[in-house]
Order: sequence, then C-alpha cells, then structure tokens
Amino acid sequence: MLTSKPETEPCCEPSGGCSHAKSTETLVSPETLSLNRRNFMKHSAIVAGAAAAAACSSEDLEKFTQRRLRELSQPELKALLIRLEADYKKKFGKDVDVRATPAAEGVKFGYALDLSRCIGCRRCVHACVGENNQSRPNPEGKHNNPIQWIKVLEMEKEKGIDLSDANPYYNPEEVPREGHFYMPVQCQQCENPPCVKVCPVQATWKEPDGIVVIDYEWCIGCRYCMVACPYGARRFNWAEPHLPVDQLNTNTHVLGNRPRPRGVVEKCTFCIQRTRAGRYPACVEICPVGARKFGNMLDPKSEIRAVLESKRVFILKEDLNTQPKFFYFFGI
Amino acid sequence: MFQHLSQFITGAAGHALRGSRTYYAWVGFLCCLIAFGAWGYVHQYQEGLILTGMRDQVMWGFYIGNFTFMVGVAAAAVVLVIPAYIYHWGPIYEIAIIGELLAISAIIMCLSFVAVDVGRPDRALHLFPIVGSPNFPRSLLSWDVMVLNLYLILNVTIVSHLLYSAFFGRKPNNNFVVPLVLLSIPAAVSIHTVTAFLYSGLGGRPFWNASILAPRFLASAFCSGPAIILILLQILRKTAGLQIKNEAIWKIAELMAYAIALNLFFLVAEIFKEFYSDTHHLIHTQYLYFGVGEARGLGMYAWTSVVATVIALVLFIVPATRKNFFTLNVGCVLLYIGVYIEKGIGLVIPGLTPDTLGEIYAYAPTAHEVQVAAGIFGLGFLAFTVMIKIAIPVALGQLVYKAGGPGPDAGAATNDAHGAHVGA
Repeated sequence: MLTSKPETEPCCEPSGGCSHAKSTETLVSPETLSLNRRNFMKHSAIVAGAAAAAACSSEDLEKFTQRRLRELSQPELKALLIRLEADYKKKFGKDVDVRATPAAEGVKFGYALDLSRCIGCRRCVHACVGENNQSRPNPEGKHNNPIQWIKVLEMEKEKGIDLSDANPYYNPEEVPREGHFYMPVQCQQCENPPCVKVCPVQATWKEPDGIVVIDYEWCIGCRYCMVACPYGARRFNWAEPHLPVDQLNTNTHVLGNRPRPRGVVEKCTFCIQRTRAGRYPACVEICPVGARKFGNMLDPKSEIRAVLESKRVFILKEDLNTQPKFFYFFGI
Repeated sequence: MFQHLSQFITGAAGHALRGSRTYYAWVGFLCCLIAFGAWGYVHQYQEGLILTGMRDQVMWGFYIGNFTFMVGVAAAAVVLVIPAYIYHWGPIYEIAIIGELLAISAIIMCLSFVAVDVGRPDRALHLFPIVGSPNFPRSLLSWDVMVLNLYLILNVTIVSHLLYSAFFGRKPNNNFVVPLVLLSIPAAVSIHTVTAFLYSGLGGRPFWNASILAPRFLASAFCSGPAIILILLQILRKTAGLQIKNEAIWKIAELMAYAIALNLFFLVAEIFKEFYSDTHHLIHTQYLYFGVGEARGLGMYAWTSVVATVIALVLFIVPATRKNFFTLNVGCVLLYIGVYIEKGIGLVIPGLTPDTLGEIYAYAPTAHEVQVAAGIFGLGFLAFTVMIKIAIPVALGQLVYKAGGPGPDAGAATNDAHGAHVGA
C-alpha cells in the first residue's frame, strides 16, 4: 500500500506508434443539413424558449438544446456529427472524422488477458492514450491532468492477486521485476454495469454489442458512475483536456475517442472506433507478448471463444455480480 | 389577489430591510461571505474542478459531505413538529414555521452543494423530467434530486400559506395546511433515507454498503437538526418575543438524548462488525480512525467527533446539565460538531479511500473548496435570517396589513395574533 499523488507516472515510452487510419467513408452528406436543423429545432422547442434569454448565439443555443444522442433520429445524428466535425476543425485546424458506426448484429465483444504473459511494460497504456485522444501530461501548463484508461498493477508473486497490496506506480529500470507479476485493469464492460444504473441522466448505457459508452454531450459530470464502478475504470476531465494537435487521432467515433470537453466522464470503449470497423483494440495490437485476446463471443471460431474454452478464466470481484466481459487467465 | 400578493411582498420586504445595527452587520457579513464564495465559484467555473482536492481516486469530497449533512438538518427540522404537537409546546404554528424555514434554508444549501460539485452545471436541466432524461426510478441520485425539490416546494407552500394568512389576519385554512404539514413529516424522513440509499446501494463500496446506514443517517439527523433548533429557539425568544416554555426546550433535549444514544449504539454495532470480522473491508474504518501506513487518514477529526458526541450524550442525559442552559448549549455545539464530521467528510472520504483498486489517495479539501462552501453557508444563513426576520413578527401578529392605513406596519406591536385582524 502506498500513498500517491493523483498524477500517474509513465514507466516506459511506447516503442511503436498506433496507426491513425483515415477513414474513407462518411455517413453524412451536407445536403441533409438544413432539413435536420428544422427537425431538430422542433424537437427541442420546449427548452429553446428557456434558453433563448441566456444563449448568446445560435451555436450556443444549438449546443444547449442538444438532445440525448440515443434519442436522435438518423438525420439529427448526422447533423450532430457535422457540428462536432466543424467544432474540431475550428479547435484543432485539422479534419477530424467523427463516425457513429452502430453495433453489428450478432456481435458481443469479449476480452481476455493472460496474466502469465503480461510483463508490465505499459505499452498498452500509451497506445491507448494515443489512440483514444486522452488528455496528455502538461506539467508546464496551468493544470496538469493526464488521463489513462488502463492502470497496470504490480503485485507480489508470493501474495498472489491482492488489490490491497497492489502498486500502480512501479517504476523500475526494467520490467518484469523479480518476484512480481502485473495485472492491467481497464473497463470490464460489465453485462450488469453499476455505473449505468446510477447515472442520474441516462448519459451512459450498454450498447447491443456489450460496450458501455458515454454521451459526452449529455453527461453532467456528477461522477456518481465513478463512485459506483468497482474497478476504478472511469476518468473525469478535471480540467480542459490537454491534447496537442500533432498527437490528435483524427479517426474517431462519437461514443468513443473523439476529443472530450472539460467536466465530463470518459472510459475505455474497447476502441469502439476500431472494433466496430473489424479491427483490434489498440492495446491488443500493441501488446509485445500477446497477452491480450479479443473477439466476438457469439462467434464460435473467434479467438476469445478459443480462450474461454481452452483456458480456465476468472473475473474480478465476481461477488458483485457485475458480470464483466473482461476475463483474466494464466496461460502457462 | 395580485394586489394582496404585492401588498404582502412589499410589507415583508420593507420589514426585512429595516433592523438594528446588529442585524445590518450580520446581513452585511453574510453578503460578504456569499460574494467571497461566488468569486471562488466563478474561478472554478472557468478552470474546472481541478481547483478542488478531488481526483479520480477520490471523486467526491467536501462538497458532497456538506450536502449529506445538510439533508439531515433539513429532515430533522421538520420532524420536530411531531413532539411539538404531542406535548403542546404552545405556539405550534410558530414552531412549525421555524422548523420549515430551517428546512428550506438547508435544502437551498443542499442543492447549492450539488450544483457546485457537478462538472457541467450548464446541463443541470438534464436532471429534470420533460426537458431532461432523469434515470428514474433506477438512479438514487435521480430520486434524491426529485425528493429534495418536492420537499422544498412543500415547505415553501406551507410557510407561505401560514404567513400570508397571518399577514391579512385570517386563520390559516386547516383543511389545506394540516395535511401538507403531516405530509412533510414522512417526506422529511424520506429525503434522508433516499440520501442514505444513494450510498448504501453501491456494492463496490463496502464502507457504505451496509443496511444500517439509513438508520444511522436518521439517528444522527435527530441529533444535529434539533441541536440547531434548540439554540435558535433560545435566541428567538430573547430577541423576537416568541413564547417558548423552558419545559419545551428540556423536552426536546430529552428526546435528543435518546437519538444520541441510538446513534452511538449504531456506531458501536458497525465498529464491532468491522473489527471482529477483520476482513479487507476493515481498511476504510482504519483509514477513518487511525490512518493506513503513511497516510494519516482522518484520525483527528474522527476522534473529535466520537468524543464530542459522547460528552454531549452525558450533558443531555444528566438532568442537572440538561436543564442548565449553559451546559445545554455546550452540548448542542458539541453535538453539531460531532455529527458534522460524522456525516460529512467522515462518511464520504473513508468510503472512497482506499479506492476500488486499493490505492490510497489522501484527499483533503483545498482552500478553494472551503471558500466556495463558506459562500454556500453564507447563502443558507442569509436565507434563514431574512425569512425568520419576516416570519416571526407576521406569525405573532406584529406585522399585519392595515387597510386604508399607511400600509404594513411593523412598529405597532401587538402580541395578540388574532387581535389585529382587519378585513381586507
């Protein structure tokens, strides 16, 4: 057990950068925009009246009256994506592709992590930060609020898995350290997620493919979900996120790695922008020892099913009945 | 109707603006406090919650602790109406009004503490039906926002009706107000129960995940709420001419002794369970009372709370000290301190420390958080001061509407509540 400052200290620099694939398809065509606006304004007429006095511009009004993402019709969603892309263009001076690829039929994503293989190099942590546009360290800036979705815990082999004795700030010359093993923890994508249950505004929910997502335009930042999460998987933007333009991943999903505003909660989405396009999550791709397995649990030929069938897996805090789709196992 | 309303408002406002030097000094001080807190909040609104000591490991702190404590005050203030009815403490409406005004002020503080704690206050409307999408009935926070607002509306309605009637020299409409007063009693219990459930429903937080949490919340509320009321009653009978018998005050103190004893008993039950079973979950209680490893924890505060509550219990149980106003008031202050720590930081911080992955982040509120909280306390005290300044003379019939006269008159004090009736 150790006392620590809130800032996380990176151990190893990532050796390979993550791929910033540029998408070729766009869901939205500009022609639909005027129609969408009309439709959209009709829907939000109730709040519009109250907002009119406070709002300074039509842009502010539009943001204020933005409905919940789940309630939007297709054209409304497209209008939102266009607005977000325009916002990012203005902010970063770069074309950011914001997609809203829905969950595919017959897909339930699952994840497995081989604790025997993990060496604690934290490449997954940094690949994740790069892929998912998390807030970067900014020690010279006004506020330093780095965000990492994956936390790697160092544990002693003699004690086994014991969270109360885990060290997330290990920083040796070389990993793995003698007598230690490593347990990365990220969002467990629960089938029975306590975070979703407690959200007072329904800003977070479980998608049909099992990914728990957050509507960043709807979250009020009360952090009750973080309090309810038994895995410490959720992160809050305590200050304006620091995201240098040259490190921006422009291939984004509206429920995933698009740049977030200040004051909202964020978390791992199994790299929704990648996995819904048939790719691996960044952490799976980068792992130098192949400790991370991922796939569709409903597909009998998938990698994840092979692990579930040939290995004996366990989940974290099974007594809480959260039913994670994130499994741990000892491969060797 | 509207004419009456405007007469009521001008009469009340006029009275609120007039007062002694002490009154002006007190109100001026509170206004400074509010400005100080508001300035801090503007800063937080621009920079974000990073100005607080909260981080991803301990994501709730001083603000939510104060919120939780204040819900207790709001609940207990109104429940005091029950013994007032049963034991015939005299001016029952006046006592009800004081309790409800205290509840209104406490709810204003509660809602303010929630408001300053959220990352996106601009999206607060998302919490409400029609314009937003409350996660009702699944989220306890959604419940809490709803019951607190309903409770606020309920109390405002009751008090307005009582005062409005008194101002125009009419008798209150008992068919209207008595059911509402009776309804406000279970409502008071429910706001505090819902707030306790907000914590105790979380399986991942063993320090809170205990069925005794809600009973403990109520027991501690019946300590802190009446502690404030007792002192208020003494002040008001000296300054505002409110007739409260000594026996009434002693009776409240006697009832409080039961609540303190019950609260300590619940605490012992929890402490026993934690230490005897000696599981990993014990670490939160250890952090609260002793600290863990290098982290000092909250020992100083936690022990202050326990010692203050025990001394208060003795002072309230022994008849001689209960009936001596000096020792009684010392007991009230000690009790207030004890519960403020227990239901504030002593509840929130150890529940979140160590975090769910075993890390200890030693949270302490920053000066910024204390500044914003001071502003909110200022707001609550100001609301209470101004409301009570208007309410007491109106309820006592000293501030009534005079038809054809020079307007509302606070100077011509008559202590007869119904003698000043002038048909309007």
